[in-house]
Amino acid sequence: MNRMILGLSLLLSSLSTVYAAPVTLHALFMKQAAYSEANIKDMTKAFEAKNPGVKINLEFVPYEGLHDKIVSSASAGSNGYDVVLFDVIWPTEFAKNGFLTDVTSRIPAADNTRVFSGAWTTVTADGKRYGMPWILDTKYLFYNKDMLKKAGIAAPPKTWEELQKQAAIIKAKKLVEYPIVWSWSQAEALICDYTTLLSAYGGQFYTGGKPAFNTGGGLKALQYMTGSLKSGLSNPNSTEYLEEDVRKVFSDGKAAFALNWTYMYAMANDPKQSKVAGNVGIVPAPGAAGVSQASAMNGSMGLGIPTGSPHKDEAWKFIQYLTSAPAQEQFATLSLPIWKASYSKPAVVKGQADLVKAANTSLNLMFPRPTIAQYPQLSTLLQTSLQRALLGSQTPAQALDSAAKAASRFR
Amino acid sequence: MTRGQRASPAAAQGWPFLLPLLIILLCVIGYPLIRTLYLSFTDASLNALGIRPAWLGWDNYAYALTNPDFLLSLWHSTYFTVVSVALEVVIGVLVALLLNQKFRGQAFARALLILPWAIPTIVNATMWRWIYNPEYGALNALLTQTGLMGDYRSWLGAPSSAMNMVILADVWKNYSLVALIALAALQSVPDEIYEAAALDGVPIWTRFWRLTLPFILGPLSVAVVLRTIEAFKVFDIIYVMTRGGPADATKTASFSVYQEAFTYLQAGSGAAYANVMVLISALLIAGYLLLMKRQRAA
Repeated sequence: MNRMILGLSLLLSSLSTVYAAPVTLHALFMKQAAYSEANIKDMTKAFEAKNPGVKINLEFVPYEGLHDKIVSSASAGSNGYDVVLFDVIWPTEFAKNGFLTDVTSRIPAADNTRVFSGAWTTVTADGKRYGMPWILDTKYLFYNKDMLKKAGIAAPPKTWEELQKQAAIIKAKKLVEYPIVWSWSQAEALICDYTTLLSAYGGQFYTGGKPAFNTGGGLKALQYMTGSLKSGLSNPNSTEYLEEDVRKVFSDGKAAFALNWTYMYAMANDPKQSKVAGNVGIVPAPGAAGVSQASAMNGSMGLGIPTGSPHKDEAWKFIQYLTSAPAQEQFATLSLPIWKASYSKPAVVKGQADLVKAANTSLNLMFPRPTIAQYPQLSTLLQTSLQRALLGSQTPAQALDSAAKAASRFR
Repeated sequence: MTRGQRASPAAAQGWPFLLPLLIILLCVIGYPLIRTLYLSFTDASLNALGIRPAWLGWDNYAYALTNPDFLLSLWHSTYFTVVSVALEVVIGVLVALLLNQKFRGQAFARALLILPWAIPTIVNATMWRWIYNPEYGALNALLTQTGLMGDYRSWLGAPSSAMNMVILADVWKNYSLVALIALAALQSVPDEIYEAAALDGVPIWTRFWRLTLPFILGPLSVAVVLRTIEAFKVFDIIYVMTRGGPADATKTASFSVYQEAFTYLQAGSGAAYANVMVLISALLIAGYLLLMKRQRAA
């Protein structure tokens, strides 16, 4: 059997030298948020036009399936993907298990200062780089300008307490039943919202290697979340929502405030798919009085090469193209570039000055989620515990204490 | 056994023809089974480092059987199985009885019956997600507009309702298999005994219990066995509708296996979880077979 495969592959490779058949790369991307499928297809076409020897086979999966798709394919050995999109929370785990190629030496030193430092942490584990950052993202506070005006509110909130007060006014004036909507489904999206609040209240996930999210800012963050549900200021359906649900509710004019990624700005302002187009405001997520001015979490993603890929050079060429400033500036509406210089380019700022203004603050504040190899376990544990508190079966302190106890054995 | 003796040379001739199939079966069923069994006794993890897994003995099984999260997920699978199979059997038999009556459009109605079963689970799950949607869902609209419920509610966001709602979606899809099998069995019931019973004034319930049920019991138990095995390993509908949430209320055993192996990379304990499930399934099947045997003897 092996000999037959060898014979076949020899035959195929001899054919390929004759016809110079193009190298086909298999690339894995996600379906929702950031660059759309259409964006990625357009970028790929442009790359293929410039590199006739390389063909790209694109595959799109929901974010929720991305991690498991990467690890199952990488641990099966060769014939997997050549380029994968990965989340900021995975490099430590992927590096430890040998899933991604160390590309530190491929990155020009000159890029170090030209790219945001938060972007670099996205692809770094133990001082080595396992890819190139691509999607530089964080959660922003979106607001419905029209509703704020009708409620007589002059400016969007600067602190979470202020947000609560404004939401109460909007609810009292019956402008909308539930002023705030969140992505609090049992998923990573919940951790992203929680991290934003935790950072605003000055919390820490770990201090000195021990879980600390059950004290101080971490506890305050969850208390804020449960409180906003109890007071009826937050949409109770949030506990089954992901980011796309948040976008639909906000775009339908059924919320005054929402926490979401960059991509919602362009989509909620698109009259074809939004009833609130033209009324969408965006500011950095609020801070907490006396603790922080604003808050943000690192929700960035990078592009890497699985260790089993037989076409690492071509894969790197494709990654370099996708992450290049010109390619990113051309598609800057759903995801903002990783390059600092891009933020003053007219092509990027035009039509989305508010987004870029908010980004200039938020991108420098991005708070990281824990960088431990067992992050998936920690995240699952936290998701369940946070939901217990949100659904009222435990108090925030109970939920976080028991999570912290279980989390102390994760490394 | 004269027939068997005569057949044996032919049987010997048959082996070479069966061999390719047996080899394929061994590769696609035997190898994964044995491999899973082996992995469950090791500390194997998903990685690309080529590390040889170390032998752990029964450790993974001890971990599985003392891990409250896994035990809870086993309970969720059991609840899902019992409730969904029971509902499928009751609804399936009722629908089969209805479609066994002669009425206009009977053929059309029977053709329609197969429709839910033909829909892929993923599509069915997505469809029901929309029906249950807390802001735009058809179920909320129906219940509020008919005055049965005051406000829209989040069916999949509340631990108390999420599992039952997922079960409902599963029942809608799978009752048709039970109905189909029951309907086929009903065709074999002779009409004369009903006529005789009706003339004798036997009440309808007794007629069903004493005349119809014994006729369809055999095929029906096959359907129950099939559905029980399927339901116990439920995964896809959960993955699409709730991903185990809210607060783990719909996390089933298969979901735990998947999470342990592919999200946590623990192939060894994941395999042990899977084998515990296989064992429970095997016990369920054995139980059914025993029950059917007794039924036939009686």
